[in-house]
Amino acid sequence: MDGMKNLISSNIRKFGMVIALVGIVILFQILTDGILLTPLNVTNIIMQNSYIIVLAIGMMLIIITGEIDLSVGSVAAFVGAVAGVLLVSWDLPVIVGILLCLLLGALIGAWQGFWVSYFNIPSFIVTLAGMLIFRGLTLVVLEGRTIAPFPDGFRSLSSSFLPDIFGGGELQLFTIVIGVLLSVIYILFEIRGRRSDIKYNFNTTTLPLFVAKLVLITLIINVFTFVLAQYEGIPYVLIILTLLVIGYTFLMGKTVVGRHIYALGGNINAAQLSGVKTKKMKFWVFVNMGVLAALSGLIFAGRLNAATPQAGNLFELDAIAAAVIGGASFTGGVGTVFGAVIGALVMGVLNNGMSLMGIGIDWQQAIKGLVLLGAVAFDVLNKNK
Amino acid sequence: MAETILEMKGISKTFPGVKALDNVNLKVEQGEIHALIGENGAGKSTLMKVLSGVHPFGTYEGDIIFEETECQFKDINESEKLGIVIIHQELALIPELSIAENIFLGNEQAKNGIINWKKTIIETRQLLEKVGLKLDPEEKIKNIGVGQQQLVEIAKALSKKVKLLILDEPTSALNEEDSENLLNLLLEFKKQGMTSILISHKLKELLKVSDSITVLRDGQTIETYSVKGDKLTEATIIKDMVGRELANLFPERNYNIQDRVVFEVKNWSVHHPLDTEKQILHDIQIHVKQGEIVGIAGLMGAGRTELAMSIFGKSYGKKITGQLFKDGEEVTFKNVNDAVKNGVAYVSENRKEYGLILIDSVKNNLTLANLQEVAKNNILDTSKEVVEAESLKTKINIKAPTIHQRTINLSGGNQQKVVLGKWMFTNPDVLILDEPTRGIDVGAKFEIYKLINELAEQGKSIIMISSELPELLGMCDRIYALSEGRITANLDKSEANQETLMTYMTQSWGS
Ligand SMILES: Nc1ncnc2c1ncn2[C@@H]1O[C@H](COP(=O)(O)OP(=O)(O)OP(=O)(O)O)[C@@H](O)[C@H]1O
Ligand SMILES: [Mg+2]
Repeated sequence: MDGMKNLISSNIRKFGMVIALVGIVILFQILTDGILLTPLNVTNIIMQNSYIIVLAIGMMLIIITGEIDLSVGSVAAFVGAVAGVLLVSWDLPVIVGILLCLLLGALIGAWQGFWVSYFNIPSFIVTLAGMLIFRGLTLVVLEGRTIAPFPDGFRSLSSSFLPDIFGGGELQLFTIVIGVLLSVIYILFEIRGRRSDIKYNFNTTTLPLFVAKLVLITLIINVFTFVLAQYEGIPYVLIILTLLVIGYTFLMGKTVVGRHIYALGGNINAAQLSGVKTKKMKFWVFVNMGVLAALSGLIFAGRLNAATPQAGNLFELDAIAAAVIGGASFTGGVGTVFGAVIGALVMGVLNNGMSLMGIGIDWQQAIKGLVLLGAVAFDVLNKNK
Repeated sequence: MAETILEMKGISKTFPGVKALDNVNLKVEQGEIHALIGENGAGKSTLMKVLSGVHPFGTYEGDIIFEETECQFKDINESEKLGIVIIHQELALIPELSIAENIFLGNEQAKNGIINWKKTIIETRQLLEKVGLKLDPEEKIKNIGVGQQQLVEIAKALSKKVKLLILDEPTSALNEEDSENLLNLLLEFKKQGMTSILISHKLKELLKVSDSITVLRDGQTIETYSVKGDKLTEATIIKDMVGRELANLFPERNYNIQDRVVFEVKNWSVHHPLDTEKQILHDIQIHVKQGEIVGIAGLMGAGRTELAMSIFGKSYGKKITGQLFKDGEEVTFKNVNDAVKNGVAYVSENRKEYGLILIDSVKNNLTLANLQEVAKNNILDTSKEVVEAESLKTKINIKAPTIHQRTINLSGGNQQKVVLGKWMFTNPDVLILDEPTRGIDVGAKFEIYKLINELAEQGKSIIMISSELPELLGMCDRIYALSEGRITANLDKSEANQETLMTYMTQSWGS
């Protein structure tokens, strides 16, 4: 009995935000008379939030190390502007342009990481400066104008879909096949993990619970792909996002680097005396943020099909909100990539749902602010229990 | 018969996975010094946190009766109002604020929210005088020593019109002189009618100053003794604490000292990191042989920790000159990694600040310094990690419900074991231990000594820094004395005793 109670209470904490997300989805599904979960709108939600999710992942790492990055919106705008110049004005090949932009992001990250790590200037200041610097440079590069349109190859990055190689007509067969494939891979992974747990004599969940979990996740994957298949299938952006989430989850949970990042955020002195190269680590976390901010800027520019001076406005706040709703703490050392994604989706669904209901941008802002505060208060309450 | 000032009846307190207190009873007489003793994790701090309202009413079971009224404290302010003041195991002063500001923090001498600084300073002066501190009230906390900080804590308690003063391991970070000072102060207060509860792992000092002693074990009251009436001895207390007889304080050791010098420090000089004119260490020469345990004795401020940290990958100091030799070859440690790679490990004296990631699990802390051991191509083998952590936990007997427990929830002694375990996991050739038994109970001390002996038997070289001379004399084959940044003696076990060591440790150089 105690075991069951423990299981529930520890999982409420862990999945609190997932449950909140499900609640919000159900709420808006009702309030919008079922428009929220139509295939078209689900696809929209993914595409509208992709650039925030990308930022939120990077921001999560930054906050875990106990730092902050206020410049990501400006950096995204700046990189978008440079992409405009490279691809539209100079007509460079798309791939070359994209790679140059990502490199630019890395350099910007390195610039900020340098001041934070090796000069010990608080990241709040460094990135506040960065916010101004790169917003200014965006205007310089664009000379106050908007550059458009982008070549098709570039736009497909953020607005095209995997073609249906099976030619399924109404329903995208290929998408459904991918869903099934993913489920199989997932189940195999889980079984392998469980085997090794049993081999090492670890506590495992009971078999029925394990099966229930597999069924649930498989169901979620396939319902999701089925919904997508009813519209145009899988957007390229979703593939990018999936790879990022898997990659970064692995990095943070299963690698030496990830463990060092957590340790550094938890107690920088102890980490340093344990042989963690704290300065270098922080530096690279900023470089990483720079690259992701660049990627986010590219996706946004592609979606808008234009490089504009106002791009990326307030993105930093959305990204920080997503990370915090997803369980990051400003004292550092805690948070997960998965959490950041959930946090971004909570904000995304709120935006989308309220827009569908025709709520004005004024009220949307206010409500989002309240949700942010409420989510964190809920988390704090939970932790104190 | 004196009257009872405090009675705690049937106190139980549970944390997730741990029953920290199980029906504990404690009775304290008016005007006495009542000692509370027990192994690490026995529940001493928890009991006092219940008493002072840190764990508020409703989170524990049982009754607290103070001066004949039943108390249900919702927070620490309520207990302080009645005159119960606790000084926690971890000092709670704010380094950047002045002594006066710290003493009156939360209790500002103010009218309509405007602070009366004159009054604050004058009262601080009086309080400092009471605790025998000759310091400027406006000095910042970060600029004074630990011993003095502890006295400031007491001054702070006095400012609150304290009737019952609770001190949780006040002397664990102090050297003998400062400890002595503090205990005398307690005796002085007792004469003025104040009651105190004193938690400590140092049996000698408890027997010296206290009137009664209550022993806790595994969250239960074992016995309350009257020190004089029961003709109490250390052996009795230890038996109650540990639950068995402990014949020796220091375990047997099979000597395996080789002539080969494993690690040597030559002409080592270090300057202060901020004030590079100030030289902290002067021409230090020390060495340690294979299988040898070498001690470093010195007063607070002699430069012991600075020596260890400067060697350990230049983690302290500027303008470091001198040479290091490992296995006869010169080595340079540019950073901690270099030191670890060359088989040198350093267990810090300050486990909270420099030893542990408190919000992280026991497991993650244990493996942190040697993640490569449980990784392949930088990818962690999490199963192997769990196995290794479990085996370390058993080996050094860390008391925690699971290896996934956050280290912030462990008792002080068990936290120390985690730090030690972390460095044992790096499998070093040379282990520098800085105050390895600070705040650790006798039973656990014995276990840690045993671990140290075993490491030496396996041919590791140990350098042990300690403020407790008996510990150095009991454990070490050779002892260096350090005074004002200089090595003043290198004594063999046979020629060392408390008096000679003290003489060398206090040898002055003028300047
Ligand atoms: N906040 C907490 N959450 C979970 N467990 C806790 C918490 N505080 C204490 N414990 C557990 O309660 C038990 C008693 O701890 P306590 O700190 O009272 O020990 P102690 O007697 O003061 O030991 P020490 O001599 O090492 O300071 C330990 O097992 C500890 O791990
Ligand atoms: Mg304690």
